[in-house]
Amino acid sequence: MAATAGVTRYTAQEMMIVAAARRLRDGERVFVGIGLPNLACNLAKRLHAPGIQMIYEAGVVGARPLRLPLSIGDPTLVTGAQSVCSMFDVFAFYLQRGLVDVGFLGAAQVDRFGNLNSTVIGPYDRPKVRMGGSGGACDIACLARRVFVLMPHQIRRFPERVDFVTSPGYPGGREGRRALGLPDGGPDTVITNLGVLGFDEGGEMVLTSVHPGVSPEDVQANTGWPLKVAPALEVTPEPTDEELRLIREELDPRGLYLRRME
Amino acid sequence: MSSSKLMSMADAVRSFVRDGDVVYLAGFTHLIPFAAGHEIIRQGRRELTLCRATPDLVYDQMIAAGCARKVVFSWAGNPGVGLLRAFRREVEAGRLEVEEYTHFGMVARLTAAAMGLPFFPLRTNQGSDLPAVNPNLRTVSCPYTGQPLSAVPALPVDVAVVHVQRADPTGNAQVWGIIGEQREAAFSARRVIVSAEEIVDPEVIRADPNRTLIPDFMVHAVVHEPWAAHPSYVQGYYDRDNDFYLAWDDVSRDPAQTRAWLDEWVYGVTGRNEYVSKLGGERLESLRPEPLESPPVNYGIYR
Repeated sequence: MAATAGVTRYTAQEMMIVAAARRLRDGERVFVGIGLPNLACNLAKRLHAPGIQMIYEAGVVGARPLRLPLSIGDPTLVTGAQSVCSMFDVFAFYLQRGLVDVGFLGAAQVDRFGNLNSTVIGPYDRPKVRMGGSGGACDIACLARRVFVLMPHQIRRFPERVDFVTSPGYPGGREGRRALGLPDGGPDTVITNLGVLGFDEGGEMVLTSVHPGVSPEDVQANTGWPLKVAPALEVTPEPTDEELRLIREELDPRGLYLRRME
Repeated sequence: MSSSKLMSMADAVRSFVRDGDVVYLAGFTHLIPFAAGHEIIRQGRRELTLCRATPDLVYDQMIAAGCARKVVFSWAGNPGVGLLRAFRREVEAGRLEVEEYTHFGMVARLTAAAMGLPFFPLRTNQGSDLPAVNPNLRTVSCPYTGQPLSAVPALPVDVAVVHVQRADPTGNAQVWGIIGEQREAAFSARRVIVSAEEIVDPEVIRADPNRTLIPDFMVHAVVHEPWAAHPSYVQGYYDRDNDFYLAWDDVSRDPAQTRAWLDEWVYGVTGRNEYVSKLGGERLESLRPEPLESPPVNYGIYR
């Protein structure tokens, strides 16, 4: 792992949360889980996007939680929420209807075309590691207008082809995705502890920004294929003091989702 | 006027859960019917096809106890914690058959069965490898536009168990908070067991009919079983016991330890009453939320 200049001031997880939060726009409806995506949404809400609506796969719309939920179906999400509906309703009426602007996903592996694996490492029938499976991930990957992927950047997690496509990115490029009958959408941004990556016209991953202290060579060394680099490669702006204060003092003061130092 | 279906959990499981059944214990994080799961373990049911969007700890325990032949699911993890270790051990050893869907696919399967349709069309699964490993995931064309759509087959269930806040003695069941896939599971099933935190007078049900998720004519057994959802939760009654979910991660790491837990907490008690006493008053009290009542709504009287 590359040493980062700012490591004494903020952690890699904090950089990821801030980079994700800055990409959320005011008024967007975000399909969100627990952990880092939850903190990113709440950070954006406190700063530039107070009108973000958070939708949970458990059927909760517009939650107003008094504590950080450990599970996605926590009772604190229900009390004071705007609406609670069935799981079928949340997937059919909200997600499939096209009402979700941004969906957050994590995975064990992501590949060159943004396909995600959260099912098995090794062959499906005799897996080396059996993971949780899709849950709502494939549905979100198919149906959200933009998908944000948050994951650690390691070579085993960034293979040229994932062992199993749980959730499609751009199989066969953007045209290939359309030919499958999927609505426009797909992975928009991959945010890692090393940088931020987008997708080009062909649906291939491109490095668009490196975090402070990280070089493009560091990112390539942790990526399992010859990675495209944007001509105007940027350095991700560091978290501000206010962003760090909000994360540490207000959003996750007890470190439920975040390890304080790495 | 139908008659009371009140009975013990032991009688409900004895009468309505059979070896080889397709079983759905409903509830997404909320209202998971652990009491029913434990009774099924105690009565030694075998060769069950266990269906749940999230198998959760209840199926991990039933798998560890040898009840399952197959698991049909969409996300097999310990929510907020990590993996389901008994499930994973059996799958990696090739001893447990799995059939997996996405969350949307799983609830759409129940919805199809609940509506009397053979399948449900969806705009998901395309581009995933799931159809390559599950021949039940197929593609159909829209009869009007020719557009390709994914299809999932109906999931007819032999017996569904739904835990609720309150029910009357004939089985009109009311739920609030996260309603997950409870209604769909009940309507997709041939036999339905309802367990309830409270048994109330039918007039309490009739005072708020919008809250009735399952009407009594769908229900075969009603069990008064407080704390039946522990370590999951019941909105307004008790919190999710997150410490239990965290502790299970250690308990389930080792088969002998898992077995010892089952011996103590499932085989070693006669039913939920004893399990609850064993948990102890302090633990239970720590899980009770401060009350927050919703103001009543006006239905009006029309004569």
